[in-house]
Amino acid sequence: MIISLKDIFKMIGILIVSFCAVLVCTLFLNYYIDITAIEEQITGEMAKILYEAMRSTAKMISALCGGCLLLTSVVLLCFYIGHYVDTHKKQLGILKALGYSRFAVARGFAVFGVSVFAGTAAGYLGAHLLMPKFYELQNGEGYFPAFDAAFHPGLFVALVGFPTVFFALLAVLYSFHRLKVPALSLMREAVNDKVVKAKKETDLPFLAELRKSSVRQRKSLVFFITFAVFCFASMMQMSLGIDELASIMMSVMIMGIGMTLACVTLLIATTSVMKANAKTITMLKVFGYETGECAKAVLGGYRPWAYIGFAVGTVYQYGLLKIAVEIVFADMEGVPEYGFDVLALVVTLAVFVLLYEGIMRVYAKKMEKLSVKEIMLD
Amino acid sequence: MIKIENLHKSYGTGDSRNEVLKGVSLTVEDGEFVVILGTSGSGKSTLLNVISGLEPADEGTVCYDAQNISSMNDRELTKFRKDCIGYIFQQYFLLPNLNVDKNVKMGADLAGNKEYRETIKAVGLEEKRMKYPHELSGGEQQRVSVARALAKKPKVLYLDEPTGALDEATGRQVLDYICRLKKELGFTMVMVTHNQNIAQMADTVIRMNSGKIVETCRNAEQKTAYEIAW
Repeated sequence: MIISLKDIFKMIGILIVSFCAVLVCTLFLNYYIDITAIEEQITGEMAKILYEAMRSTAKMISALCGGCLLLTSVVLLCFYIGHYVDTHKKQLGILKALGYSRFAVARGFAVFGVSVFAGTAAGYLGAHLLMPKFYELQNGEGYFPAFDAAFHPGLFVALVGFPTVFFALLAVLYSFHRLKVPALSLMREAVNDKVVKAKKETDLPFLAELRKSSVRQRKSLVFFITFAVFCFASMMQMSLGIDELASIMMSVMIMGIGMTLACVTLLIATTSVMKANAKTITMLKVFGYETGECAKAVLGGYRPWAYIGFAVGTVYQYGLLKIAVEIVFADMEGVPEYGFDVLALVVTLAVFVLLYEGIMRVYAKKMEKLSVKEIMLD
Repeated sequence: MIKIENLHKSYGTGDSRNEVLKGVSLTVEDGEFVVILGTSGSGKSTLLNVISGLEPADEGTVCYDAQNISSMNDRELTKFRKDCIGYIFQQYFLLPNLNVDKNVKMGADLAGNKEYRETIKAVGLEEKRMKYPHELSGGEQQRVSVARALAKKPKVLYLDEPTGALDEATGRQVLDYICRLKKELGFTMVMVTHNQNIAQMADTVIRMNSGKIVETCRNAEQKTAYEIAW
């Protein structure tokens, strides 16, 4: 089969995201199961309120983080498989032409489940290593009787076994769908090269036209980049703004996940933009356009969307925390009032600008190294 | 005038080292049409890439009048290509997401050429200005590539097998367009081809074999694209 271990390693993004998802979910769900088991031993009004709050938090964080990261992994997997099919059309076409059935070729994509297994298993293991410290922090006030983390095989199956099988199956089914093309079309590399035409004629300078057309052509990447920055802005501001509402560990965890998600997604999206536009960039360079101009034309169109993602993420995190404080924890005493954290916004914006512009600069440098000869011979 | 002296170029290292250019020297006068002939692997495309500033030489010099491009850095080479050079490739390399008008504008904007639609008209594609590359035939795509190269008003036009992917009738038509525009605009033209008949259209014919120039001759009379055999 043409899918090698090297290709699986390229799915580092899914590995990281599944690691984060399982780490968080294992910590909170294991805690949820263990604390529920000692419910009868919890006495005292304050302890009972805290017990319910802990359970609600564990459920909410597992559902939110797990759900959000699961969705991200699904999108990343489909995106990666689509990209793989697009860049290996010739080889896949030859296999089909030789007589391999669509299912026989698609079956090979099941190995992409390996990266999910590696990520989830590492996440599960990492969570169990962190668990003693996590339990200690959760019971910091000493309201609950001391209890140790137990191993729950069901949780292992649900968080490691099930995602591995699910993603392997998804990889097979999605690739099966993507390979629904005649072998000849695959070999001619004529699949999915649909050109999205401009709706009306404009008389903009060439580079501005190119910038518009590269965004128009790859709308999925617009979603990706907006989503990545949305996650970054919301999670980082949330982690900086909830110091009075949650533990430091939770803040660090949310920030870590936000940063990881944003970096991984941005890197995947930008790599994809670069690969898809390698020929265009080379031609621009051949004709005498400078690298800076090429970078602006090919990558610059996504910048407004990134900032829109940032703005939406900012509003979202504020709304979510406001609702959590005023509705979910309305009956609880001692919950501090939550207001918009301007400092968190400024810090997050500064980090975002550095991160985003840094990544774009790295890719602009990569453009300089694109070999004209290699592209011409391709 | 382009003066090329003692060019050497090789790829790979150690046992796999392959010397593609072995001390090539030649001179191209302003406004001249030079055809470089040779079989596959003779080094003709590498020579074109090196003298047009797309690839650096290992040894030797390439001078455009007083400018020695062999000693230029990447930024200077980019500016040099922007100001002086036009390219036409066998595979056209049009930008698929942009229509004919915008593809030609790619070259035109570099030279501040606002009249680029005249060039589209000159290659006979006025009617197809809003079409996208995938909606055009091979010959039409190559004509767009000709218009794109000429819209930047180059001093020297490099052509790498411009008719290699075209049938006879379309190939003749494209060559005819190029030669007519050359007469009108007066640029220098260096074309690499394996089609010996095209050589009859040139002022000077250079034959290459195994990385060396083995023969240089001048045509007393230049034929048109419709007069040569194919």
